[in-house]
Amino acid sequence: MGILFEDGNFALFRDGFLRTVELSLISGALALLLGVLLAAFRVSPVPVLRAFGTGWVTIFRNTPLTLLFLAVTFVLPRLEVHLPSFTLAVIALGSYTGSFVCEAIRSGINTVPIGQAEAARSLGLNFGQTLTSVVLPQAVRTAVPPLGSVFIALPRNSAIAGAFNVDEIFSVQQTWVDRGYSTIAIFCWIALAFLLISTVIAQLFRFLENRLAVAR
Amino acid sequence: MSSSSSVLYDAPGPKARARYRAFGLLSVLGIAALVWYAYAKLDDAGQFSGVLWAPFEYTGFQQRILDGLLTTLQVFGIAGGLSLLLGSVLAAGRLSDHKPVRAVATAIVQFFRAMPLVIMIFALYVSVFTSQRMLALVIGLTLYNGAVQAEIIRGGINALPRGQAEAGYALGLRKTQVMVSILVPQAVRAMLPSVIGQLVVTLKDTSLGYIISFYELLYSAKLIAGNTSTPLGYPYVQVVLVITPVYILMCLALTGLAKWIEARSRRGANRRTPAAA
Repeated sequence: MGILFEDGNFALFRDGFLRTVELSLISGALALLLGVLLAAFRVSPVPVLRAFGTGWVTIFRNTPLTLLFLAVTFVLPRLEVHLPSFTLAVIALGSYTGSFVCEAIRSGINTVPIGQAEAARSLGLNFGQTLTSVVLPQAVRTAVPPLGSVFIALPRNSAIAGAFNVDEIFSVQQTWVDRGYSTIAIFCWIALAFLLISTVIAQLFRFLENRLAVAR
Repeated sequence: MSSSSSVLYDAPGPKARARYRAFGLLSVLGIAALVWYAYAKLDDAGQFSGVLWAPFEYTGFQQRILDGLLTTLQVFGIAGGLSLLLGSVLAAGRLSDHKPVRAVATAIVQFFRAMPLVIMIFALYVSVFTSQRMLALVIGLTLYNGAVQAEIIRGGINALPRGQAEAGYALGLRKTQVMVSILVPQAVRAMLPSVIGQLVVTLKDTSLGYIISFYELLYSAKLIAGNTSTPLGYPYVQVVLVITPVYILMCLALTGLAKWIEARSRRGANRRTPAAA
């Protein structure tokens, strides 16, 4: 178990850990932005936007994340888009997770009572106003638990980035295996790091759930 | 259009219809511009020339993609079946009356649900199954998805009205009998859509075999692309364009099955208890 305190391993582990946190935070922000936008598309009165949202969600929810990583790594350079592997990972992870965020928020919108939107409309609010000041604030609150499971899964999924040249925790595991340390000890340290991340996120969402709970 | 979306806006009048059309036109233009950009860039790079697509006509090429697909389905079949088995056992453990059994099952479920699958599969591969990549993949998939299935199955049983179990006990049945003949059959119907939903995740996750160089669909596709040299480079774009629809169609087929079963079981339930609202 002492491997963490031998030849610079601690720095490697710390950097990998921080990289995973960074990757999760940035792609989480992208996913949230994208998810809200897609959800707005999917409930909008414009058929083209609805179709676009549905198409996006169908494609990205049913494609393996590993395939998305492979696609951004090998296809984007052919589009003359040359980005560092960290940015590529953010794109793959963000657009994948965004489709799940969209579905969580849409299911939240479905739970808002019809009367709320009707009341907003009878006050003369238009679609954008109804959505942003009446429906979404309520929808997001009910969407907190499903959003929680999406965002707890995000750092877990981010580990795949390690196989595509991002120096995060999974790549630390690979490096240590190459250096020939005991696999059990490696697994314990990596597992500890992940349990820490997922516990923090789970606690955060438990807190949000308690704070934002709406009594209906 | 679903009823939930129409509630956000009134039936459009002539002005609103014109506005929606304008928005629609703008979005079509925007999307078309993006698609055109991607197409033009790929075309500039010669990605649509026959040289890069020709390998797909070779039987060897087709055979290897087919082999990859079959391996993927094989891994999915085994891991899916085993995860359901493990899920039932763990769910039974979590609902046990014995505290130690409950604690152990809970710890197992929580641990494997929190652990990234990549890390587990890689650890299994380097520690035990160095020469049997398929086992590492199948066992990793089974542990993770089994833990998730356990929670789904437990949820299904907990969602049943308490009177169901109470009626069973009142008849003098033991706990096992109540579970097997009253609770589980009802829970199964309620949770089938979620169970199949998780099977879709299992199917997608078979692609993690890529990380340990196991010849499932994704890895064999990557190998094929990397080993096929054409005058215009390697056909990565083409291979991605071919296997992505394969994955999407497989997942959609499973999701379709879940929806069909849900609709069927709802019909069945209504027939039996017409009074239930």
